Amino acid sequence: MNRRPVAVAIGVAFVAFVIGWLMFVSTPRWFSRQQKPVAAAPAPAPPAPPGRKIKARLFYVSDDGTRLTGVEREIAYGEGPLEQAREIISAQIAPVTEPLVTAIPPGTTLRALFMTEGGDAYVDLSRNVTSAHTGGTLDEILTVYTIVNALTANLPAITSVQLLVEGKEVDTLSGHVDLRRPLSKNLAWVQ
Amino acid sequence: MNARPLPLFATALPLVILVGLVASLSSQTPAGPSLTVLAREGRRALPIAMVADQEFVALDDLAAAFQLTVHEESLGAITVTYKGKTIVLTPEQALASVAGRLVSLPAPPSRSGRRWLVPVEFISRALTLVYDARLDLRKPSRLLVVGDLRVPRILVRYDSTGAGGRLTIDATPRANSTVTQEGERILVKFDAEALDAPSPLLPPQTLQAAAPFVRDIRVVDNTTIAIDPGPRFGGFRAAVQPADATARLVIDLVGTQTEAAPAPPVPAAPQPPPEVPPALTPPASAIRTIAVDPGHGGEDDGVRGAQGTKEKDLVLAVARRVKGVIEGRLGIRVLLTRDDDRNIPLDDRTALANNNKADLFISLHANASVRRSTAGAIIFLAAFDDSDSEAAKPAPGERVPTFGGGLRDIELVPWNLAQTRHLTQSVEFATILEQQLRNRVPLSVHPIDRAPLRVLESANMPAVLLEMGFLSNAEQEKQLTVDVFQAGVAQSIYEAVVRFRDSLNAGGGR
Repeated sequence: MNRRPVAVAIGVAFVAFVIGWLMFVSTPRWFSRQQKPVAAAPAPAPPAPPGRKIKARLFYVSDDGTRLTGVEREIAYGEGPLEQAREIISAQIAPVTEPLVTAIPPGTTLRALFMTEGGDAYVDLSRNVTSAHTGGTLDEILTVYTIVNALTANLPAITSVQLLVEGKEVDTLSGHVDLRRPLSKNLAWVQ
Repeated sequence: MNARPLPLFATALPLVILVGLVASLSSQTPAGPSLTVLAREGRRALPIAMVADQEFVALDDLAAAFQLTVHEESLGAITVTYKGKTIVLTPEQALASVAGRLVSLPAPPSRSGRRWLVPVEFISRALTLVYDARLDLRKPSRLLVVGDLRVPRILVRYDSTGAGGRLTIDATPRANSTVTQEGERILVKFDAEALDAPSPLLPPQTLQAAAPFVRDIRVVDNTTIAIDPGPRFGGFRAAVQPADATARLVIDLVGTQTEAAPAPPVPAAPQPPPEVPPALTPPASAIRTIAVDPGHGGEDDGVRGAQGTKEKDLVLAVARRVKGVIEGRLGIRVLLTRDDDRNIPLDDRTALANNNKADLFISLHANASVRRSTAGAIIFLAAFDDSDSEAAKPAPGERVPTFGGGLRDIELVPWNLAQTRHLTQSVEFATILEQQLRNRVPLSVHPIDRAPLRVLESANMPAVLLEMGFLSNAEQEKQLTVDVFQAGVAQSIYEAVVRFRDSLNAGGGR
């Protein structure tokens, strides 16, 4: 008769120990292992899916091919004008599907983007912006003003934009539009 | 009972349709004389009725054409109202009261059945006083011009000159004209909306006397006179003689068998397109040199069409045509920035024009779009930011020492902003060029555009960049390579140069 309560007490104590160990030792370690890498990730992917979004006006080629059309799209939020400018250009040069058609040549990537205190933005694009270009004057104008207007129309802090290719200043993209100096917003090319 | 209305309806319906048809036909084609009303919206004919040798028009017709309200008062007076202003006519009185003012008419209103007729002078004496737009009644030619349309009166005279014949064509008020030749036919196209020309242009007896050189002369469309040469016609020379209010075009027709006569001025143009006429106008003073710039070249193909057409080859072919036409027919020097397959830096192209003091710079290109259906020619002008235009203003009081001592004021304009001072004339030339291209090649929905184009910015003269069409469009690629298309572009540029030069010579320019 005396043995049974002892056995029950030992059983209860064991169960309590297991529960206690699980609650205070094992589970926190497991959680911390799971969460640590996520918290430490620097979030390099521009469109962080669950992140904060803002609306921006991006530009695509109009149906008749002669002008740009402004399209409001949700893009990733960037902390400060510079980060936001990078998010806007990343979204603007990303490939699109019909019915949208972009004036940015396929394969073009953003190498760098920086700003001066005076509100000039320098957008450094990869070589595809010239090598994959159709070469037409009209397309060249639309390519240039897609970038210029995407920044100047969405960010008041940016008043003009100069395009660079592979880190260098260029005269033109394909022999027509003068890129030797920053260009201001031009909504005459937008429908 | 129920069946009775049906036969009546069945009988009446064809009758109604027949009456309607006759009415619509008679309203579309007025029999007998009519007054042609020319307005910006188009032309329409108002039937003219003759009453005691006077020309009358129906008030109803005028009301429909000019948005008038006509009301017959119980005391017999007729009121005509336009936008709150009233004209009162009284039967049997050759007078009209126009907003309280009396004007005379050559005859009183006349009743014809249920309609009132008024003398055509009612338009020029009464209606014009209350109407918004100008009403120019030209009674001899039964023409009424509404608004500020250019409708010059045309007078043609023919004189025999022994060895040939001379046609003198006067246009009043002054209207520029372009002479071209299509096959044997000589075409004189006026820069106007319509012509006020007698029909026929030459009386039959005069035409009979002119028959060896002029088989026929008549107006072929609203603004063009066509001359069909006679059997002895060998060539012609056209010249413009300025007069005060009249533009006089003199066309000398030269015979084939007259050895002593001066040879028809057919130029030895290197590559004249087939439709180039041997026309000569007086030598230019405002334009002596033109720079034509075929874009790209060498390793830079420019745009490549799906069928393999290269922009660099296309623009060089057209540039050579332009040179041939302009040098051969106008005696103006044409410099090509490249005459072979090599690439020239953009600044060197403009520098060639600047250093040779060219009076006009035309860069030739072919376009491309990511939209395959995009088509049409575009004329581009340079565009500058506001800050650029400010920078382009010459600094006042800029003084430099001169050789031998002393100082001289000079104007310094940055090289890359030279075009800012010529933009007004560039716009003028672009507008003229667009007009000339319009009938020959497809134009874009935006035929004149502005962009910061590098090759134009430094041009120290009126400058345009012509994109002739889209090589990215399969149909346009075919068109661009065809002889007729290229000749059409060259002819348009030639005619634009002639008009631009005439405008500068007339004082519209520098």
